[in-house]
Amino acid sequence: MIEQSFYDNERDNDNNNDQKGGQSNGKENRNEKKKINLPITKEMAHNLAAGDYVYLTGTIYSARDAAHKRMSEVLANGGTFPLPIKDQTIYYLGPTPARPGQVIGSAGPTTSSRMDKYTPALLALGMTGMIGKGRRSKEVASAIKENHAVYFAAVGGAGALLSKCIKKAEVVAYEDLGAEAIYKLEVQDFPVIVVMDDKGGNLYGE
Amino acid sequence: MKIIHTDEIIKNVREMCIEANLSLTDDVKGRILNAEEKEESELGKRILGQLRENLEIAGDEQIPICQDTGMAVVFLDIGQNVHIEGMGIADAVNEGVRQGYRDGYLRKSVVGDPLLRENTKDNTPAIIHYNIVPGESMEITVAPKGFGSENMSRVIMLKPADGIEGVKQAVLETVKLAGPNACPPMVVGVGIGGDFEKCTLLAKKALTRNLNMPSPLPHIKELEEELLQDINSTGLGPGGLGGCITALGINIETYPTHIAGLPVAVNICCHVNRHVKRVL
Repeated sequence: MIEQSFYDNERDNDNNNDQKGGQSNGKENRNEKKKINLPITKEMAHNLAAGDYVYLTGTIYSARDAAHKRMSEVLANGGTFPLPIKDQTIYYLGPTPARPGQVIGSAGPTTSSRMDKYTPALLALGMTGMIGKGRRSKEVASAIKENHAVYFAAVGGAGALLSKCIKKAEVVAYEDLGAEAIYKLEVQDFPVIVVMDDKGGNLYGE
Repeated sequence: MKIIHTDEIIKNVREMCIEANLSLTDDVKGRILNAEEKEESELGKRILGQLRENLEIAGDEQIPICQDTGMAVVFLDIGQNVHIEGMGIADAVNEGVRQGYRDGYLRKSVVGDPLLRENTKDNTPAIIHYNIVPGESMEITVAPKGFGSENMSRVIMLKPADGIEGVKQAVLETVKLAGPNACPPMVVGVGIGGDFEKCTLLAKKALTRNLNMPSPLPHIKELEEELLQDINSTGLGPGGLGGCITALGINIETYPTHIAGLPVAVNICCHVNRHVKRVL
């Protein structure tokens, strides 16, 4: 569900609505915000456009290089796929270990392009969202269009800040990979920017 | 002659790995704060604000600034009148890294074989650069290096005729290619001269120099200033999403070279430009 929240009001009005939980940068209230409750359907993805500043709440899965390699091996050779991929969002992340009492350690995005080789197959399976940083390949751009998906960027190098928006973290597959294991994450108001949309929009440019 | 026991090296390297990952030096921090004020793009300003807030949280709650806590690059400038007692010095540095990454809850990001790719699970081995210098002390620099930016670094073997314009073009092109992948605003380390491997080492070393201390060579200082301006004119901006702050700073180191060559190395670092120095 997407709420086009408070956009008009905020321009004229007070700057303190809609900023609960997660993180609290007072300056953010001035801009357009969309809140999304996960999972993201193709329809929801279609309603997003490059440049939108979005807060995500719900379940996402982490996966980076080694987990992608294994997922692609499962697709090629058979076996159990490690997560329910339809309408899901994958966060390209390998966190630091949590200290006692913390949910997770530092948890910012890694460079997405290393996952490009594996991504079109996952989009074809119904994955609708990706969170990372940096440019994607032409193949990924076309697969995003074809499958009505969305590519978000989170701020690179802000791992401590982003970890505060993760309320629950649990390893659900490939535990032996350590930081590269697949985590199921419950996020709340996780701040991302739509970089590539299914209309061909690309905030990084070509 | 001064005697340094390897236990002391272990203890210091351990602490330095943790410290480097939780707080930035004042020069880098200052540039981030300053950038937030100067940035003209609204989104860019917002991203820089997040970076400022990120540093505060990292310090207050002991959460690493970035989840890529890097491969530990360690420079050892060892006075020639120093005698080292205890275990092998590389073993001592690696033990310090092992303890630091374990006790500091840092990510173990090293694979033992570059092709077989099995994680060593303790972030060792470190990359150690030894330098023998006059004197009776040992300077240790620990600079954990993240690979989002490391992957975007380049060596270009220019020819003498390419000159200073060639150098500028090489640096600018590298920054543009790095783009959003390298988590701008970046810090750019450049090595000019030497040979193939020397220029890369100079570039890495340049990243550990205080950003508020320009090159002592007037023509290089000028080049640093010009290049910083050119890099910020690319419009790449914070996060690669547009703006006037693409780099926080650029440091250039030089070395004599061969009559036939002009090697240039550009080591890109993100805004999390970590380095801690101690003298034993």
